[in-house]
Amino acid sequence: MFVLKLIFRNALRHKLRTFLTILGLALAVMAFGLIRTFITAWYAGAEASAPDRLVTRSAVSIIFTLPLSYKEQIEKIEGVKDVTYALWFGGIYVDPKNFFAQFGVDHNTFFQVFPEYLVPPGQMEAFAGERKAVIVGRKLADRFGWKIGDHLTLIGTIYPGDWDFLIRGIYTGKEPSTDESSFFFRWDYVDETMRETMPGRAGQVGWYALRIDNPNRAAEILQKIDTRFDNSLAETLTETEKAFQMSFIQMSGTIIAGLQVISGLIIGVILLVLANTMAMSARERIPEYAFLKTIGFRPFHLIGLIGGESLFIAGLGGAIGLILLFLVSKPISLAISNFFPVFKIETITIILAICAAFLVGIVSALFPIARAVRMRIVDGLRVVE
Amino acid sequence: MPETLVKLSNVTKSYYRDSLEIPVLTDIDLEISAGEFLALMGPSGSGKTTLLNLLAGIDRPTSGEVIVAGENIAKLNEGALAKWRSRHIGLVFQFYNLIPVLTAYENVELPLLLTDLSKKERRKHVETALSIVGLGDRMDHYPRQLSGGQEQRVAIARAIVSDPTLILADEPTGDLDKHSAEEIMTLLSRLNSEFKKTIIVVTHDPRAAEKAHIIRQLDKGELN
Repeated sequence: MFVLKLIFRNALRHKLRTFLTILGLALAVMAFGLIRTFITAWYAGAEASAPDRLVTRSAVSIIFTLPLSYKEQIEKIEGVKDVTYALWFGGIYVDPKNFFAQFGVDHNTFFQVFPEYLVPPGQMEAFAGERKAVIVGRKLADRFGWKIGDHLTLIGTIYPGDWDFLIRGIYTGKEPSTDESSFFFRWDYVDETMRETMPGRAGQVGWYALRIDNPNRAAEILQKIDTRFDNSLAETLTETEKAFQMSFIQMSGTIIAGLQVISGLIIGVILLVLANTMAMSARERIPEYAFLKTIGFRPFHLIGLIGGESLFIAGLGGAIGLILLFLVSKPISLAISNFFPVFKIETITIILAICAAFLVGIVSALFPIARAVRMRIVDGLRVVE
Repeated sequence: MPETLVKLSNVTKSYYRDSLEIPVLTDIDLEISAGEFLALMGPSGSGKTTLLNLLAGIDRPTSGEVIVAGENIAKLNEGALAKWRSRHIGLVFQFYNLIPVLTAYENVELPLLLTDLSKKERRKHVETALSIVGLGDRMDHYPRQLSGGQEQRVAIARAIVSDPTLILADEPTGDLDKHSAEEIMTLLSRLNSEFKKTIIVVTHDPRAAEKAHIIRQLDKGELN
């Protein structure tokens, strides 16, 4: 009890110094948590991938399309349950900065292959019954204030022209990690328009997504698919959905690696901040530690006092940092929802932040503890405060 | 015939700077009886504080025997020495060495925290010690709220609270004005006469030394 009281009072002996140290720790823990959350958000798509889903795309590049006729051939391959297809539209809503993902999808099969997008039955029927119908994610609808029945126009970039749409459904995610910011419209709307204006681009899809009966057979099935289209005009590359998502993430690999380095550096910075505070405090208290030794205090008492103070400051800074992290994550999540649909603080991030704070608390105390424990009493008493 | 409480035989103490030996105490023989009040005097660098540190068991002689309260403390290991100090030694320093974040009461209570005394018993001891030094009404004051003389009185209360065998004071008046210094020496004298405490004071102030029964001079590490 006395030791706790002394730890607390020692920590507050230089209030401004302690306050600034705790503030520095809190901001660093918050920054660490935010960076970790950014990295997690980057991987959210890949983490949400279904193990029984494969994606078939052009072997040359994702930007090249595949013929619609491949669908029937893929369906015939043993082990394939359902096949759907989609294309990337890349339209502009009012202003280019209003970015969101838009996909032309096969309205008959898409939501069977992606059951994590939950659409009320009535809205699904309305989507199937109207060529210009669109189903949007809940977050996207909230972002632009859309509701069912609203008309909107996208300016095509890959597919030129003004494209009118009618919102017929709003989907929600089955899991908290499911993206709720996409825009799904009917592929045949694009296809029929292309057939009229640019016939050479009709009958093409961006990629196929398929469900297989057994995830353990994924390697065998994807090889069969790619072998089937070997030496064709549009050779395919089939991979698991996770690998497909990761291929996009790897395009940003350097940025992610940079963020990971920065998160490590932040831990280093907070370590130095606290280590400096603890070293200053311990240096000032050398005569006190020497006196405590003269009256019989043992090294473990000093370890408790110095280590306890360091852990107290680190723990408080870490706790405030986590509170700040939760406070700022909501507005940040809203601000970047078009780029990171899933921006959620993971439990592992909280655990890592807590561990980092306590690790910093322990490591920062090591040098002052070693100094106080090794110090000869006569040397310590000779130091004048 | 009073018992011998302190006995130093052929004690030498040297420090080493790189390979250079610097003798501080040379061949010291000293006997102090229980209940004595002794002043060790001498110029700066004469080895007064070093001798006091040896008696307190916070430093070890290079050679010779230091027997205090029947124990050859030069032979005790660090753990045993720490326990021995807590039982037998009360230390008073020139700069008080109070913990600034603790009240007078808490500072005086410090040495008792390592004993088996209950909280109630500790309170009784602390209150007694503080009332002996005349600070019964300042128990809740922090060191910064006390004058230099009062701080030193708290330090003396802390030195006597565990009823040690020997009180060692290193320049206890060195940081005080004349009036406060007089008060502190009177208090130490009273502890000796009234409470029969054995006291050794290191000082270079002749006025402070006047209160002692015996005055020994140290010069260049030799006791005269």
